[in-house]
Amino acid sequence: MFLINCPYCGERDQSEFSAGGEAHIMRPKQPTELSDDQWAEFLFMRKNIKGVQFERWNHAHGCRKWFNMVRDTSNDKIHAVYKMGEKPPSK
Amino acid sequence: MKNKYSIFSLIKNAFSYHENWQRAWRDPEPKKEYDAIIIGGGGHGLATAFYLAKKHNMTNIAVVEKGWIGGGNTGRNTTIIRSNYLWDASAGLYDHALKIWEGLSQELNYNVMFSQRGVMNLAHNLQDVRDLKRRTHANRLNGIDAVWLNTEEVKKFCPIINTSPDIRYPVLGGTLQKRAGTARHDAVAWGYARGADAMGVDIIQNCEVKGIKRNGDGIEGVETTKGFIKTKKIGVVAAGHSSVIANMVDLKLPLESKPLQALVSEPVKPIIDTVVMSNAVHAYVSQSDKGELVIGAGTDAYVSYTQRGSHDVVEGTLKAILELYPIFSRMKMLRQWGGIVDICPDASPIISKTHIKGLYFNCGWGTGGFKATPGSGDLFAHTIANDEPHKLNADFNINRFVSGDLVDEHGAAAVAH
Repeated sequence: MFLINCPYCGERDQSEFSAGGEAHIMRPKQPTELSDDQWAEFLFMRKNIKGVQFERWNHAHGCRKWFNMVRDTSNDKIHAVYKMGEKPPSK
Repeated sequence: MKNKYSIFSLIKNAFSYHENWQRAWRDPEPKKEYDAIIIGGGGHGLATAFYLAKKHNMTNIAVVEKGWIGGGNTGRNTTIIRSNYLWDASAGLYDHALKIWEGLSQELNYNVMFSQRGVMNLAHNLQDVRDLKRRTHANRLNGIDAVWLNTEEVKKFCPIINTSPDIRYPVLGGTLQKRAGTARHDAVAWGYARGADAMGVDIIQNCEVKGIKRNGDGIEGVETTKGFIKTKKIGVVAAGHSSVIANMVDLKLPLESKPLQALVSEPVKPIIDTVVMSNAVHAYVSQSDKGELVIGAGTDAYVSYTQRGSHDVVEGTLKAILELYPIFSRMKMLRQWGGIVDICPDASPIISKTHIKGLYFNCGWGTGGFKATPGSGDLFAHTIANDEPHKLNADFNINRFVSGDLVDEHGAAAVAH
C-alpha cells in the first residue's frame, strides 16, 4: 500500500490505480513473422525483478490515463513517474 | 538413526521432563559437492529432497534455504487441501497429492494433522451454478469425489452461513469435496525435513544462493553465502523468488510475484467445522485447531516482494466475510501477513526441465501450492532423478507457453485470484 504521484492528477492512493505490468515491452511490428518462441517471449516471459523495475500503471479510478513508473519491488518505494512516450530515467 | 515417535516415546520422554528428545534434523555445514542441490527449504523443496532420497536413492543431496525451513509460504498459507480442479491435467496432479496426504502422517512418522473436514465452494449467481455443476461432473469423471448442494443443504452443512435471499450475493448452492480439508502447515515442513535428514539429506539453513555457475550447456554449482558448492543438478523450488534465481542464468520465466494475504482472528469455541470458499465474493474461511478463524484474502494486482500487501484487499475480503457470516461481526482480528506468490499466466504450476542441462524448476504454484506439497515433491523428484517428467507433470512443462497448450485454471479452479 502506497501513494502514487499521478503525472496528471497528483498524489493519490494506490488503490485508485491498476498495474499494467512491465513497461517498454514493444508490441512486435510484424506479429505474423514471429516464431512461436518470439511470440511467447513477448506475451508471457517477464523479468519479474526484485528491485528497481520499470512498469506501466493506469489511473483507473481517476483520469484513466496510462503512465510509466520506476518502483523498487522489494520495498514499494517509487523512484520516478513519467508520461507515456517520455524517455525512461536512467537508474 | 532416528528414534520413532510413538505413544511409548512420549511416555519415556515424559520421565525426563521432555528435555532429552533427539534432534529432529542436523545442522550440517555444506559439503564441497553434492549429486543434486534443491534451492528452497519450504514444503515443496523438502518433499522433493525426501522423495529423491526415498524413491530414487539419491541421498548425497542438499537443501539450501536462505532463511529457516518452512519460514516462507509454507508457514503463511491457509492450509487448505483439495483436488476439485476442472481440467484433467490438474485433476491428476492435485488428486495425486491428495492421495499422498491421506497416508502422509504414517509415511513420515510425523503427525501433520491432516483433517478431511471437507471443502465447500459457494455459488452466488446463475453462471456460478452452471460452472460449479460442470466442475462436479468433470471431477467425477476423473474419479474425484464431488457433490452439488442446494441452498438448504449448504445451510445444513454449515449453519452459520447467511442464506437469506436478500443479501447482495445470495447463496444459490455449492459444491462439496468431502475428502478435502486442512493440515498443519509447519508440521509438513518439519516432517519432511526430519524424514529427509534421516536418509542423509543435508538441510542447510541461513544459506542464500547468490549465483549459479554455468559450464557449457550445463551447470557447475551454486555460489552461496556459505561458499561455492559443486553439483550437476539443481532443483529450484523458490516460490515467489523463482524469477530471482532464473535471472541469475538469464532465464526468463512467465511469472509475476505478488503478495497474497491471510489473517487470523482471536480464538473462539468451535463454530465452523469445514472449509468454505466463495469465488465470486472472494472470501474463504476455516477454523484452526486453536480456535482462530483462518481467512484468506486476494493478491495485490502488482508485482511486489514486500510480504505485506494492501489494506483495501483485506477490507474487501472482510466485507464479503461479514455478509456471508453476520455472526462474525464482532470478532477481532489478531494477525495479518503476506506471502509472495509466483503466478503463471494460466494459473497452473511449472514442474519442468529447462534448456539448461541439469537445471529444473518447480514454480508458478501461485496462490494454491500448499495443497500439492507431497505430489509436487514426488513428481519433481521423479523429474530430477530421471531427467524427464512423470506422466502426471508432463503437461506442466515450461514449453507450454511456446506451444500454447496451456492448462488454464484461472476461472476453472474452485477459487479465482
